Amino acid sequence: MLNLQCPLPNSDYSTILLAHGGGGRLTQTLIEQIFLPAFGNSTLNQLHDGAILDLEKGRLAISTDSFVISPLFFPGGDIGSLAVHGTINDLAMCGAKPIALTASFILEEGLPITDLWRIVQSMSQAAQKVGVSIITGDTKVVERGKGDKIFINTTGLGRVPPTIQIAPKRAQPGDLVLISGQIANHGITILSLREGLTFETALESDSAPLHSLVAQILAVAGEQIHVLRDPTRGGVASALNEIAQQAKVGIRLVESAIPIHEEVRGACEMLGLDPFYVANEGKCLVIVAPEVAEIVLNTMRKDALGKEAAIIGEVCAEMPGKVTLRSRIGGMRIVEMLSGEQLPRIC
Amino acid sequence: MRFIDEYRDEAAAQRLVTEIKRLSTRPWAIMEICGGQTHTLLKFGILDLLPKTLTLIHGPGCPVCVTSLKSLDQALAIAQRPGVIFTSFGDMLRVPGSQTDLLKLKAQGYDIRIVYSPLDALKLAQKNPDREVVFFAVGFETTAPANAMTVWQAKQLGLSNFSLLCAHVLVPPAMQTILAADDCQIQGFLAAGHVCTVMGYWEYEALAANYQIPIVVTGFEPLDLLQGIYLTLKALEEGRFGVENQYGRVVSRAGNKAAQQMLQQVFTICDRDWRGIGLIPQSGYGLKPEFALFDAAKRFEVADLSVQESPLCLAGEVLQGKKKPSQCPAFGQLCTPTQPLGAPMVSSEGACAAYFHYRSEGFPKC
Repeated sequence: MLNLQCPLPNSDYSTILLAHGGGGRLTQTLIEQIFLPAFGNSTLNQLHDGAILDLEKGRLAISTDSFVISPLFFPGGDIGSLAVHGTINDLAMCGAKPIALTASFILEEGLPITDLWRIVQSMSQAAQKVGVSIITGDTKVVERGKGDKIFINTTGLGRVPPTIQIAPKRAQPGDLVLISGQIANHGITILSLREGLTFETALESDSAPLHSLVAQILAVAGEQIHVLRDPTRGGVASALNEIAQQAKVGIRLVESAIPIHEEVRGACEMLGLDPFYVANEGKCLVIVAPEVAEIVLNTMRKDALGKEAAIIGEVCAEMPGKVTLRSRIGGMRIVEMLSGEQLPRIC
Repeated sequence: MRFIDEYRDEAAAQRLVTEIKRLSTRPWAIMEICGGQTHTLLKFGILDLLPKTLTLIHGPGCPVCVTSLKSLDQALAIAQRPGVIFTSFGDMLRVPGSQTDLLKLKAQGYDIRIVYSPLDALKLAQKNPDREVVFFAVGFETTAPANAMTVWQAKQLGLSNFSLLCAHVLVPPAMQTILAADDCQIQGFLAAGHVCTVMGYWEYEALAANYQIPIVVTGFEPLDLLQGIYLTLKALEEGRFGVENQYGRVVSRAGNKAAQQMLQQVFTICDRDWRGIGLIPQSGYGLKPEFALFDAAKRFEVADLSVQESPLCLAGEVLQGKKKPSQCPAFGQLCTPTQPLGAPMVSSEGACAAYFHYRSEGFPKC
């Protein structure tokens, strides 16, 4: 459950009005009563048009992502925590240690202020846990019917340690493919909440920040970690296809090695979905030189976010650009990129 | 997972593969009727495990694929009428009609909704009394009982804003058509297990006797398929014909009587156009006259649309097992799941989609 640290400030309005984005008094109220109490820090508090950061020499990673999930609140998280985790994870997949985040909000007229408050509080808590500040932001309001309650964009800055070289094209024959845990939990959790689908599950989204897990494996294996990728939209299958195409290698998976929750498997069987295409929000694929696979696996398994990590396949020279899979009964098939939408919008 | 893992056991699968290879003394051609079975064959890599002398021909049992272009164009026309909420199973949305598809219409702002059960469409009709709610009733004998039940309930509830665009098709007349063709090469059938769950398998006994072929009612898990193939092959090698039931855990000879009664109450057997195949007499379900008020084709006056298929698409030959999807010149080039020319490339049960997603010529070891 979300722990609301601060009570909602008194406000004359219970819902977002167009004027909250008008740049006048109501905009100011929103910033002073909602955003600053949640996100306040020395950079943001200056309320400048932009944030100015002092940086040391080195490499900077930048990533941006927009979040449009419906429903806004779901077991395991909400659009606020997801907006933090998503961008932190994109930075982590570059091997970067996060420094700061920006946040932009597009609010739909009529959004309950209490919902905005919960979301902003959740973002604040998620950012605090990661140890980053939200240093600049923006708010716009669109007319009712022209948005879907709230859209959030976050951009993240991170520092990449000097020797780290993470890139899809570094996958090479002989490398092993690892995943940090069970696949498809996020997508199936969201799907179970959608209108028209009435199956009940105890599942939770896996939404979580992976920067610490990544830092730990980089500490034990460094440059021997060739590729990191968080398999969000399009799932494990699409992420691995992209890597296979960029590195011009084949990737061969073993179906029985891929960790998957029984309930997720059951839901996928019932609904005719392939879990390899279902979104994750707290998992990473790790492609490593074979000699460090064991130590990377053990390091991941010691972390709560990687305790079900597994080696799921290998990189090979044959069939470059293709992902293949050895099925549970021992036959082979290709695993294509997702064509069109498998699910309604899920992240 | 119970009821899944035991049917995907590698050791048992390998034993059956060994038995199939041991039994097989000459070339045979077997058709699996149902698209779900085709997908299992490809998704689990079963085709490559079988002896090269055994040809699996993929049958017409993909409801989305065989839904006629006319029915689809009727759906597209109705979905564009003011005030209509058009509901459908998700699979139909990307199937190309003559001009457009339901997904493109949805993007243009028409109210098209995916439902997972026809009863959800009925609920929509109750919730939206000022709107016309139409459900696109596609599928074989498997989906028909739930759709019949929905119309029956709509009548009980006195709903005047709900209707069914009925495009149901029946398996035995299609098998009969395939067997009666001069160039038929099929020597045995894996019958569609879930159709038989509803209808039983007594209807197939006459077909098996008339054409002197083995028909094995078969399930959908990898071991079901392998066992179905094994039983068909055994009958062929021993020169036997008749109906056997591999899928005994859910199928009985008589089928589901309650479901059949519901079908008889609501539907009548009619001629039906099959996409890619053409008109097959007495091969579909239409609504009985006492349920005519719920017939969307009549209500929206779209019964007489005329349509034209893409000449590039060989779906008809694929659906009759005369061509493999990969033998179509458009396959993977002009026709892909994102830009389909025909329904078999779209549907989760379509043979072309199965080949596109799972199939490769030769898997090297690495």
